[in-house]
Amino acid sequence: MVLELKKSRPIWQIMFSTHHTDVGLLYTVTGLTFLFMAGVLAMLIRTHLFFPGQNFLISDSVTFNRIFTVHGLTMLFLFALPVANGIGNYLVPLMVRYKDMAYPKLNAIAFWMNPIGGVLLWLGFSDTSWVSYAPYSVIRAPGPAADMMIFGLKILGVSSILSSINFIVTILKCKHPDLPLRKVPLFAWSMLTVSLMTLVAMPSYAAALIMLLTDRLGVSGFFNPTAGGDPIAYLHLFWFTFHPEVYIFLLPAIGMMYELIPRFSRKPLYSQGSGVFAFVMLGMIGFASWGHHMYSTGMDFTTKVVFMIGTLAAVPASGMHVFNFLATMWGGRIKFAAPMLFAVGGIALFFSAGAGGVLNSAMPLDFISHGTYWVVGHMHLFLTGTIAFGFVGMVYYIFPFITGRMYNEKLAKIHFIMMLWGTVQVFFTQHLLGLEGMPRRIYDYPPEYTSWVQLNQIATVGAWILGGGFLAFLINLIYSSSKGKEANMDDPFDLGGKYYYPHTAKNPHHIGY
Amino acid sequence: MGHDTAEWVMVGVVIAILLYVGVDSWVVQKEVEDVPADAETIKVTGQQWFWSFEHQDGTKEISTLHVKKGHAYNFEIYGKDVMHSFNIPDYVVFEDVVPGHVNHAWFAPDQAGEFPIQCREYCGLLHYNMRGSLVVEDTP
Repeated sequence: MVLELKKSRPIWQIMFSTHHTDVGLLYTVTGLTFLFMAGVLAMLIRTHLFFPGQNFLISDSVTFNRIFTVHGLTMLFLFALPVANGIGNYLVPLMVRYKDMAYPKLNAIAFWMNPIGGVLLWLGFSDTSWVSYAPYSVIRAPGPAADMMIFGLKILGVSSILSSINFIVTILKCKHPDLPLRKVPLFAWSMLTVSLMTLVAMPSYAAALIMLLTDRLGVSGFFNPTAGGDPIAYLHLFWFTFHPEVYIFLLPAIGMMYELIPRFSRKPLYSQGSGVFAFVMLGMIGFASWGHHMYSTGMDFTTKVVFMIGTLAAVPASGMHVFNFLATMWGGRIKFAAPMLFAVGGIALFFSAGAGGVLNSAMPLDFISHGTYWVVGHMHLFLTGTIAFGFVGMVYYIFPFITGRMYNEKLAKIHFIMMLWGTVQVFFTQHLLGLEGMPRRIYDYPPEYTSWVQLNQIATVGAWILGGGFLAFLINLIYSSSKGKEANMDDPFDLGGKYYYPHTAKNPHHIGY
Repeated sequence: MGHDTAEWVMVGVVIAILLYVGVDSWVVQKEVEDVPADAETIKVTGQQWFWSFEHQDGTKEISTLHVKKGHAYNFEIYGKDVMHSFNIPDYVVFEDVVPGHVNHAWFAPDQAGEFPIQCREYCGLLHYNMRGSLVVEDTP
């Protein structure tokens, strides 16, 4: 039994390794580290908004703007993507029965771009908001901060293209010849889908970043109206990448739930075919809806209708995933260990986030919700409610595989209750704040708007509960990885079957699974 | 009922709901974008970090906009520096301010009183304080 942390190795041996489980460990640990860093920023934001009109905690709006910018960038590019890649690195080669990723060195290079990009984002601490709309990011955003953000994102973009190529080649070319593609487990399918999406989506933003940089240097005027450019062009390039990117963040979490739900329901998956179909559908339809972020930019009626149809078209495929999960659980002997709790909670919140999304895509309703806290609540329900729930569940599930030890189940359940409670309290309340008309990204609001004050305070208390849950997570991870009980590697969750991941995976010639 | 049938029924129900949502939004949005012919034009300019207004008769106002109850107004929205969003939440007036473009939104206030005007697109330092007010006068 050769395990990552149990048999202690010098850290440089893991850092300079190109083996998929080592790179996977690096990705996962880096992603979780950034999760906690960006989580602290979120706590600052929410605590500041508890007391309107008093400059509480954060004394000026520039700092506040920088904090929410870096919070957003970090959560998306340095938590969601790396953790998905980390779990993907652990599991995809096992699932396609190959000894490693297709290009191990490229894999390590793609990982090492992440800390570098992260350092640039954090040292710059830009104030452009994560979307960095032109012309603000061109003519007003201060000094090296915005440029460092552009370079940081550039590096992270290249990294995600490299790792996508690696996943695509691993799954399509290196899978065991006896394993037909349609039988590849759904988590690997989700990684294949998002990797293909990344290859199509990312170049548009990569181009926009270079144009943004040359605009800032004053040698071009793509997005600068005083130089003959058009800010709307930036929005199109940006959202053409980042609407599909929503699915790139989301689908790996759905794929992880496909790993967890059948295991803990002790029942085979309801339908492999419908899962594959829904992934591929979402992968294509994800490209048909970027314009719904731009309804209010002066878009004409027909264009709005086209993008509304494109957006609504994604709903049946998402519904198929939910149906598949419920049908798998139906009549199963479900064991509600922590990973299963997180998966089920994530599905419930995925459903509510999706229902809210239908309202956003309906044109007249979008003019009520767009740019308000409704949108903040909506996209956090996806990012925290679905993506983080899926990731956390999966991290708990492969914890014995990574460390050879069990996490503390009681603490994990406390984490789950606090996280579910907190998520509901913060983000549902933020939907209501949006209906009350509170714009997003504001440093302060008039204390005489009592409904805003009350709802903000409710949301802030929810955020503290959510933060407390993550603190339990952090303690559990650190404590249990060195002091936890030794796991029964044949069946650590006591499900009455074999543990899904072979603990001989470190053997370069394994063909387990 | 077979396995597949249940799933197809689910997909069918979802598509039916979506069709309803889509058709209804189409109808409502069509109505919302139909500007009355007698609407008075008000030029709105958003810049860091205040609103200025110019009525059809040439009167100019800063931060506070006076309109009459029961009249229709068509906003022509201009931008000077960065993107903003012109928003009167109580009347669901919401349209981005895009420098280099002229955007439109219209409304017909049916209640006298004072209502907030705000910016709903991040525009920098004082975005949070880019507020104004709309005064609807109850004159015949």
